Amino acid sequence: MTAHQVQSPAIHVQGLQKSYKEVRVLRGVDFAVARGSIFALLGSNGAGKTTAVKILSTLLKADGGTASVLGFDVATQAADVRESISLTGQFAAVDEILSGRENLVLVARLRHLKDPGGIADDLLERFSLTDAGTRKVATYSGGMRRRLDIAMSLIGDPPVIFLDEPTTGLDPQARIEVWQAVKQLAAQGTTVLLTTQYLDEAEQLADRIAILHEGRIIVNGTLAELKQLLPPAKVEYIKKQPTLEDVFLTLVGGNGKDGHDRTIGTDA
Amino acid sequence: MTKHFFGDTATLLGRSLRHITRSADTIITTTITPIAMMLMFVYVFGGAINTGSDSYVNYLLPGILLITIASGIAYTALRLYMDMKSGIFERFQSMPIARSSLLWAHVLTSLVANLISLVVVTLIALLIGFRSPAGLPAWLAVAGILILFTLALTWLAVIPGLSAKSADGAGAFSYPLIFLPFLSSAFVPTDTMPGPVRAFADHQPVTAIVNAIRDLFTQQPVGTDIWIALAWCVGILVIAWIFAMHTYRRTIS
Repeated sequence: MTAHQVQSPAIHVQGLQKSYKEVRVLRGVDFAVARGSIFALLGSNGAGKTTAVKILSTLLKADGGTASVLGFDVATQAADVRESISLTGQFAAVDEILSGRENLVLVARLRHLKDPGGIADDLLERFSLTDAGTRKVATYSGGMRRRLDIAMSLIGDPPVIFLDEPTTGLDPQARIEVWQAVKQLAAQGTTVLLTTQYLDEAEQLADRIAILHEGRIIVNGTLAELKQLLPPAKVEYIKKQPTLEDVFLTLVGGNGKDGHDRTIGTDA
Repeated sequence: MTKHFFGDTATLLGRSLRHITRSADTIITTTITPIAMMLMFVYVFGGAINTGSDSYVNYLLPGILLITIASGIAYTALRLYMDMKSGIFERFQSMPIARSSLLWAHVLTSLVANLISLVVVTLIALLIGFRSPAGLPAWLAVAGILILFTLALTWLAVIPGLSAKSADGAGAFSYPLIFLPFLSSAFVPTDTMPGPVRAFADHQPVTAIVNAIRDLFTQQPVGTDIWIALAWCVGILVIAWIFAMHTYRRTIS
């Protein structure tokens, strides 16, 4: 690797365009993702987030513009891109009929790694799925399925990971589990590009946030930079009320901690 | 990444074969319809049908075997459709594997599943009195024709498997194929049929294939039937393969 490549961004997208028949989904998208950072592509349904991820993961061809991952062009060096990435799609892409462990072994085999069984056991433990490892995935809950899905994406330690709406359809607890997994990844130096329609998710996880709207990136910056776009904050004193999510998570023992039965006293 | 083609195909074949062993219902469903049809024709209608052969099950089996394949490949389309729908297909396509290996794994799985069904149906036929004086070469020739026919219909099944919008749509194309044997020499000789029907029956692939298999089983000279049968199988195989690959390339681009 040359010095130039080391400094260049992990993902570089310039003027990306894609239309489905008459509908222009991407109308010239530009952004760059620094190595080892978490980048959130924020947008409402149909904004083109999934289309952008599919182009970056070599599943779709762009109509115009360029995109590269670790310096490899997604159109002309697709095989090199696929060596460097891992995609966790919008819906957990797991094999329902196989067990969790078999799913992991399958991916490890397809990545031509040594000791697929050992890799599978390690990941089952890391994602608290050891007990469920031999059960058919069809019996898993949504959160377990998503965890397995992400675990499958980590096999072979790809330097760049795409997560397309990783928490859509998950309950608050499962969401937090996924967030923890993503933070762990970034801590290890993996570059993460995630798409989301939840503002708090971008706020929680991302080093940089880009808002994709009507096929273009309308803003791109850190959370602090985005907040400066609006007039400076006014200081107001309001009573801090717990959100329903806080209540829910306290009652069911969220934040990944062990849950104990709690009762709320009337005097509390 | 073609250096891994065989290894990747074997890994993915192992995966789909595991699907078949875990959901034995697909094998049961695909064999039960042809077996029920065979029993009904042999024990209900068969007595009234004059085929000119001494045993009706001997006359019937070749057609039943083709119906077995026609109902079996509906599951080939369904399995492929489920992989497309669940996102597994995209996951594999975004990985550094030989990309066509997933398609080949499905094709080989279809072949294995159909061969199992064919063996089961043949065993039931032997139980209810099917007998053939044919030696090993004739049986191998029959197996060869059936494998070729399975491959031809499997590639045909790949097209709806990749492009269907619903699970029902993925399997629906096989219904006309299951009925094609009724308009052929599979159940009754074509010479009792009225002119236009007979003209269709005499010139459609099932009649040629059924006649060729029947001649092999009864140790009759196969004549030109076997060449017409092989031409149909290879013709369908090539055309279906071209369209399937076209659909596949459109899917992955």
